[in-house]
Amino acid sequence: MLTKRVIPCLDVKDGRVVKGKSFIDLRDAGDPVELAEFYYQEGADELVFLDISASSEERDTMADIVERISEKVFMPLTVGGGIHSIDNIRRMLLAGADKTSLNTAAVQNPHIISEGADKFGSQCIVVAIDAKRVADSNPLHWEVYTHGGQKPTGLDAVEWAYKAVSLGAGEILLTSMDADGQQSGYDNELTRTISETVNVPVIASGGAGTPQDLYNALVIGKADAVLAASILHYNDYTIKDIKEYLFKKGIPVRK
Amino acid sequence: MITIIDYGAGNLRSVLNAIAKLGYTTKIVSTPQEVDEAEALILPGVGAAGHIMESLKALRLDNAIKEYINQNRPFLGICVGMQVLLDKTDENGGNDCLNIIPGGVRKFNVDLKVPHIGWNQVEQKQNHPVFAGIPDKTDFYFVHSYYCDPQDKAVIAGETTYGKPFCSAIIKGNMIATQFHPEKSGEPGLKIYDNFIKLATAKK
Repeated sequence: MLTKRVIPCLDVKDGRVVKGKSFIDLRDAGDPVELAEFYYQEGADELVFLDISASSEERDTMADIVERISEKVFMPLTVGGGIHSIDNIRRMLLAGADKTSLNTAAVQNPHIISEGADKFGSQCIVVAIDAKRVADSNPLHWEVYTHGGQKPTGLDAVEWAYKAVSLGAGEILLTSMDADGQQSGYDNELTRTISETVNVPVIASGGAGTPQDLYNALVIGKADAVLAASILHYNDYTIKDIKEYLFKKGIPVRK
Repeated sequence: MITIIDYGAGNLRSVLNAIAKLGYTTKIVSTPQEVDEAEALILPGVGAAGHIMESLKALRLDNAIKEYINQNRPFLGICVGMQVLLDKTDENGGNDCLNIIPGGVRKFNVDLKVPHIGWNQVEQKQNHPVFAGIPDKTDFYFVHSYYCDPQDKAVIAGETTYGKPFCSAIIKGNMIATQFHPEKSGEPGLKIYDNFIKLATAKK
């Protein structure tokens, strides 16, 4: 039976992981390579790295980091942030990434999804969607934001997810802007609506504070995988704790 | 020396890294002559089977690989590198493959998300040294929409369930092929490479 994936997400700026707690076993919690190895040993199912710097020199740094991680960590790696062209995608894949995550670039130029999927396969193209509830909408709906959640697009998140998949996206990485950083649970209505609309895996993101939140995203939200940042970086939960919790509640996880 | 075929697949580096981690040296090749000289040959794969067949034909590697395998020399095919061993694939409206193993490559027709992405258990159907030290039903990493359906069920070495059971590994003589990605499957995946290389180099 296919297991549900627990995926740590690391934000990288200028070659350093930001938002990281001081792990006792680590010499340097800001080193992406060391953190990747830490999560690999801990039993993470995949890793997502988001480059939150903007300039192209910093993207060179990111490619170098991916190269070093892929020499030590033998699980799937996704890289996102600042990927705007087929060349950017190729660069990251050649450096050792397995998937690239497209957000703003996909909204501005949806053709990059189909071209990327055609050149590298759908499995390499993850479309990341940042969605925010539209106030007083009935039935409830969500709007897509780009540029790191700064810019409303007028696009309906469910329709955009559907379109992205029809263009060739192999997975949807779905972040609820309302829930993100709150640590009070994922937006399970959003996750479920999109998961039931598209026929590719949906990774729920934003809002995890307890293992119960991850359970709810998988069961109520029908997510195929859960992304977790703060709960792992700041709280006292390890991946092992989370997987044990999920396993006891009947969710198939990799041991 | 482990020979890896380079036909432009994006995951070549991952395979190289895995083998380097195990301490073996590798040679990247893309000519029929180099394939013929290999003592252990790996065909990595990711993406569409039609694309890889086109690339292999363009490099005139299709017949070289076929001859190599037909001589029962040590071979490891990964993911799409497994699928091309069959007669044909339904992918992209139908494409002929290497025709080494009778059977087809079919799209998942299950009430589940496709592609099948993530870690799933491999039930070992053959007691083979490539699985040495790997417990039965260990999780490996998969990412694919099509699966191999060999006619001769005796070649099935691993079976995995996604809606229904499908063939996730094939072994026939010295030819080994996996639908999952050992280079992305943590320690058990590295063990597959290590076992394959030990078998291949012991057969010299």
